[in-house]
Amino acid sequence: MIAFLFKGIFRDRSRSFIPFLTVTLGVFLTVGMYSYIKGGVFTITRFSANLGTGHVKVTTRAYAQETGAPANDAALTDAAALASRLADDYPDFDWAPRIRFGGLLDVPDENGKTITQGAVAGFAADLLSSESREKERLDLGRGLIRGRLPERPDEILIGDILARRLGLEPGQKAALLSSTRRGSMAAANFTLAGTVDFGVRSMDRTGIVADLQGVRAALDMEDEAGEILGFFKNSLFDRNKAEAVKAAFNGRAGADASDDFAPVLLTLRDQNGLGESLDYMNAAQAVIIVVFVIPMALVLWNAGLIGNLRRYGEIGIRLAMGETKGHIYRSLLAESLMIGFLGTVAGTVLGLALAYYLQAHGINIRVLMKNASIMIPNVLHARVTTLSYVIGLAPGLLATFVGTAISGRGIYKRQTARLLKELET
Amino acid sequence: MDNGILIRTKDLVKVYPLGQQSITALADVNLTFRRGEFAGLVGPSGSGKTTLLNILGSLDAPTRGSAEVLGEKVETLSHRKAAALRNRHIGFIFQTFNLLPVYTVYENVEFPLLLLGMPPAERRRAVADALSWVGLADRTKSKPSQLSGGQCQRVAIARAVVKKPELVLADEPTANLDAENSHHILDTMETLNRDMGTTFLFATHDEKVIRHVRRKITLIDGRVAKDEALAGS
Ligand SMILES: Nc1ncnc2c1ncn2[C@@H]1O[C@H](COP(=O)(O)OP(=O)(O)OP(=O)(O)O)[C@@H](O)[C@H]1O
Ligand SMILES: [Mg+2]
Repeated sequence: MIAFLFKGIFRDRSRSFIPFLTVTLGVFLTVGMYSYIKGGVFTITRFSANLGTGHVKVTTRAYAQETGAPANDAALTDAAALASRLADDYPDFDWAPRIRFGGLLDVPDENGKTITQGAVAGFAADLLSSESREKERLDLGRGLIRGRLPERPDEILIGDILARRLGLEPGQKAALLSSTRRGSMAAANFTLAGTVDFGVRSMDRTGIVADLQGVRAALDMEDEAGEILGFFKNSLFDRNKAEAVKAAFNGRAGADASDDFAPVLLTLRDQNGLGESLDYMNAAQAVIIVVFVIPMALVLWNAGLIGNLRRYGEIGIRLAMGETKGHIYRSLLAESLMIGFLGTVAGTVLGLALAYYLQAHGINIRVLMKNASIMIPNVLHARVTTLSYVIGLAPGLLATFVGTAISGRGIYKRQTARLLKELET
Repeated sequence: MDNGILIRTKDLVKVYPLGQQSITALADVNLTFRRGEFAGLVGPSGSGKTTLLNILGSLDAPTRGSAEVLGEKVETLSHRKAAALRNRHIGFIFQTFNLLPVYTVYENVEFPLLLLGMPPAERRRAVADALSWVGLADRTKSKPSQLSGGQCQRVAIARAVVKKPELVLADEPTANLDAENSHHILDTMETLNRDMGTTFLFATHDEKVIRHVRRKITLIDGRVAKDEALAGS
C-alpha cells in the first residue's frame, strides 16, 4: 500500500509539488535560522567570556556591584594565593587574573608635550608568562592589523580605529594617565606594540589590552587583580556546572556575606544581563519553529483541500471498492507525511548549505549593535550542530500532519453516494 | 440467505430531501435476485436505477424498508462493515469507467486486492487472469489515458471482477461505448457470469444490453412497473 501511495505521489506531481515546496521552504528557513541563532548564542558567549566575564569570575562584592568604571580600589588582594587556591579547588577551570582599567592615553612629541589624547578602556591579562593561556584565548593575533603582539610588560595593543585617530604608530610611546589602586594619579609610559580589530564595536573605538605585569606596576597593584576569570578547560560554557561551582564557592566555609571585600563568584549569566539575553535567544529558537509551523500548516491545509477536491473522484471509487473512510484518511496522511518528509530532507539540505555558508562567512550585524552594552561581536556566524540536521523534522512533519489532518476531514463530511455522484459529471 | 437468494429488498423507500419538498427516488421496491442472475434495470431517466444500485451496493442507506444483500441488512450496516461487504463481495462498474489516472492498467486492477491484503504472488496471478478475461493481458503497463474508451471499460470490468465477487453492480456500463465495444463487453460479462456464477445487475438504457439480459426490471418513478424474464441471447 505504501508503495502504491508513493507511485501516486511521484506520478501526480501537481498533487505533491506545492506541499513539497512549502515544506522545503519552511524547513530551509527553520534550519538556517536555527543554526544562525545557535551560532549567535555560541559566539556571544565565547566573546563575552574571553573579553570580560569569563565562564565564571571571582571578584569582590564591592567590585562586582560597581557598574561604571572598574572599581580597582575594591580589587582582590593576595591574587596569586587566591588563584592557586581556585586552581586546587576547581580544577575543571583555567583561572586567569585580569585588571580592567580606564584612563587617558596621551601621545607626546619629542619634547614630552601632548599632541593628542584619547580616552581608553580595556583590560590587562597575563600575555607573557609561559603557563598562561590568555594569548590563545584572546586570539589577538587574528585581529592584528599593524605591528605585533606585546613581548614585554610595557607594551600595549589598542584598537586600530583609536590608533589612527590618535595618530599613534606601532613602536611609538604613549603615556597612560589613570589612577592607582589608592586613588592617586598614575602616569606610566607604554610602547604601542600593535593595533587590532577586536571585532567588537566599543573596543575598536577605545579598547586597550596590556600585559598584567605592566599594568600592575603602573597602577600600583602588585599581587592584586580586579577579577580572576575562570574558563572551562574545554572552552565551552556549561551552565549547570557553573551554577554548582558558584554555589560551592559562595557557600564555602568562612565566606562572609557582609564583607564587601571578600571574594564572590559570579557566572557569565550573572553579568551584563547576559543570562537574559541568552535565554531570550534560546527561546527564539523554539519560537521560530512555531512561527514556521503555523503558516506552513495553513498553506498545506489549503493545498490539501484543493488536492482532495480534485481527488473526490478517486476517493469515491476507492470507497466503492470497499476502502473505509478511515483508511482513506490515513492514506492521505501517510501520503502527505511522505511528501513532508521529502520536503524536510530537501529543506534540511538547503538549510544546512546556508548554515555552513554562514558558519564560514557570518553576517555583519555591527549597525544593529550601536548601543549594545554587552560585548556582541560585529560579525555573527552560524553554527551547525547535530540538532541542525534534525531540527527541520519538527516543523516539516508537524505542519504536514496538521495541514492534512484538517483538510482530510472533508472525507468524513461527504456522503459516499455524493462522492460517487460527482464522478458522473 | 438460503436457497440461492442473493438480494432481497422489502418495501424499500428512498426519499431525498430537496429544500422544503422531497423527492421519492424509490417507492416500496420489493425485489429478489438469485445467485447467477444476469439482470437489467431499465426505466426513464430519474426513475431510480442508480439509487437502487447504490443502496444494494451499500454506498447509500435506504430511508425506509430493508435491503438484504449477501445476508447483511444494508440499512443497519456500520460504515466499516459496509466497506468490508463491498471490498470482499461486490464489484462496481461505472458509466465513466473511473480508473485512477496516475496508475497503470495493472495497478488499477491490483488495487482492490491490495485492500484485501492478498499476498503478492497470488495477487499477480489474479490480476493476470482478470486482464486476460477482458483481453488486455498485453496492456498491463499502459495508463488509462493511453487506452480507448472500450479498453478503459474493460479494465474497469477486470477491476470489478478480479477479486471474484459474488455480485457485480454496473451502472450504464455501455453508455459511453460504441456498438462493437458494447458488444464485446457484454460478451465478457456473460462469459464471467457463466463460468464463475457471478451475479450481474445492470442499470441501463441501452437496447444492446437489454438484448443480453435474462431478466428485465422496469422502474418508473421509483416503482417496479414490470419484472419480466427474457430468453437472453
Ligand atoms: N443526492 C440526491 N439528492 C437529491 N435528489 C437525488 C439525489 N440522487 C438522486 N436524486 C433524485 O432521485 C431520483 C432518482 O435518481 P437516479 O439517479 O436514481 O435516477 P436514474 O434512474 O439513475 O436516472 P439516469 O437514467 O438519468 O441515470 C431523481 O429524481 C434524482 O433527481
Ligand atoms: Mg443513473
